Amino acid sequence: MKDVPSILARTHRADYGRIVARVIRLMGGDFAAAEEVVQEAFAAALQQWPREGIPTEPRAWLLRAAHHKGVDRVRRDVRLAARADTLETRARVAQDAAPALDEVDWSDAPDDSLRLLFTCCHPALGQEAQVALALRTLCGLTTEEVARAFLVTAPTMAQRLVRAQRKIRDARIPYVVPEVDALGERTQGVLHAIYLLFSEGYAATEGAELLRVDLCAEALRLGRLTRALLPHQAEVASLLALMLLHHSRRRARVSADGGLVLLDRQDRSQWDPEEMTEGLAQLDAALALGARGVFTHQAAIAALHARAARPEDTDWEQIAALYGRLCVLAPSPVVELNRAAAVAMARGPEHGLALVDDLEASGRLTEYYLLPAARADLLRRMGRGAEAAVAYRRALALVRTAPERRFLEERLREVLAAT
Amino acid sequence: MKYLLAIYENEKNWESLSEAESKQALDEYFAFTDAIQKSGNFIAGEALQPTTTATSVRIRDGKRLTTDGPFAETREQLGGFYLVEAKDLDEAIAIAARLPSAKWGTIEVRPIVDFSQSQG
Repeated sequence: MKDVPSILARTHRADYGRIVARVIRLMGGDFAAAEEVVQEAFAAALQQWPREGIPTEPRAWLLRAAHHKGVDRVRRDVRLAARADTLETRARVAQDAAPALDEVDWSDAPDDSLRLLFTCCHPALGQEAQVALALRTLCGLTTEEVARAFLVTAPTMAQRLVRAQRKIRDARIPYVVPEVDALGERTQGVLHAIYLLFSEGYAATEGAELLRVDLCAEALRLGRLTRALLPHQAEVASLLALMLLHHSRRRARVSADGGLVLLDRQDRSQWDPEEMTEGLAQLDAALALGARGVFTHQAAIAALHARAARPEDTDWEQIAALYGRLCVLAPSPVVELNRAAAVAMARGPEHGLALVDDLEASGRLTEYYLLPAARADLLRRMGRGAEAAVAYRRALALVRTAPERRFLEERLREVLAAT
Repeated sequence: MKYLLAIYENEKNWESLSEAESKQALDEYFAFTDAIQKSGNFIAGEALQPTTTATSVRIRDGKRLTTDGPFAETREQLGGFYLVEAKDLDEAIAIAARLPSAKWGTIEVRPIVDFSQSQG
């Protein structure tokens, strides 16, 4: 017989968010109270299932238990409250909802999950709190896991989550899907939170990564969920495509000794074909929906890399054009630097160098190691080794992470040996 | 639920407006006030005189200290407020976004404590 703790752990992981999402509505939008009763339901299962047997539908059992505890709690609140009118309404709602539970219908659960997603990612909450709340409630991570993911202590994270939940309650952040006129803007907020989560996981190639929850996998899970919940929002498909295409390269991106492997030196047979295919399909779906946003362009660039069997097959002219459009859509010196690199690949290093020089002259990226690193790389390819060495040394003075430092040191040795 | 919409803006901006511009801004304010009165969201609203007229009062060691000037010197100052009734934060934010000053200043949206609703 399967053991209760492992089944509960699996259910927690897969369905905690859906159960909480449903119970929050019952509790009149009270996030913290809903989480408490769902946790009580899991605790009750841990006690009762070994005695009474594991129910055929663990999820439905837990939802029912949480629901009853929620109803009890609302009734108790009614008795305790000095002014009962609003709570009475809540209790009545709760009682009305209770019988429907016998035929638990999960088909309308997506609405609840969607409400939960938009509440977690409400712009009135801090960005870090948004991501933490989404991980905690929608992904069913424990507070300890979320804390580890953000490299903070569990009490710090618990406090952050409590503060966010209090704001939801006290400022009355509604537990609703935004109205159509605000949906686009609010969806952008949700996507931004998911992307932040993904980038956080993707950038963590050094240090404590073994302790970290796989943030990229969680971001993908949230991305898939959002995609399923908002099937007509084009940028959602774009973001999912972007994450899948990047994620498909994860094994090839880090060498055996933990070093960073750039795209042109990656072993492409290590790219995950399933994620790549799914990513390309999502991009097609996004384009069919009329997606033309920032994530679409980034995903299209990733797709051009994915479609190149060898580095020399890469369509750099297209990539440079896409970066050019990104410079207009979401101007940033980092995007301009990427464009310069793509132009260098498409038309020769001297064309790229001119763009890098412009960028340097603008003085906007002075503290960023990738600017001198890109410059060094172009000079190296143009055979100007001495100047390249100067630029590599400048990049080394600015670089922060160990794998990238090792990479630059190696390149510096190469140009010094060649001159 | 009640929310305070606190209007923060650089009060020097008003001085630098031409007569026509300042009339237009005021007209927008009148129209806004009118609209939220009709929709039933309006509870109260006032504009404040500039911080040059402000006086700060504190009691320290039992002594009253009265000083010239606002509580804090900041780039944007509290210039006025509305007290509104809204069903939730989203509605309050939507009202705040319609305030003319949102275009050049910042509107801080703060829920009001309801002592009659306090519960365990």
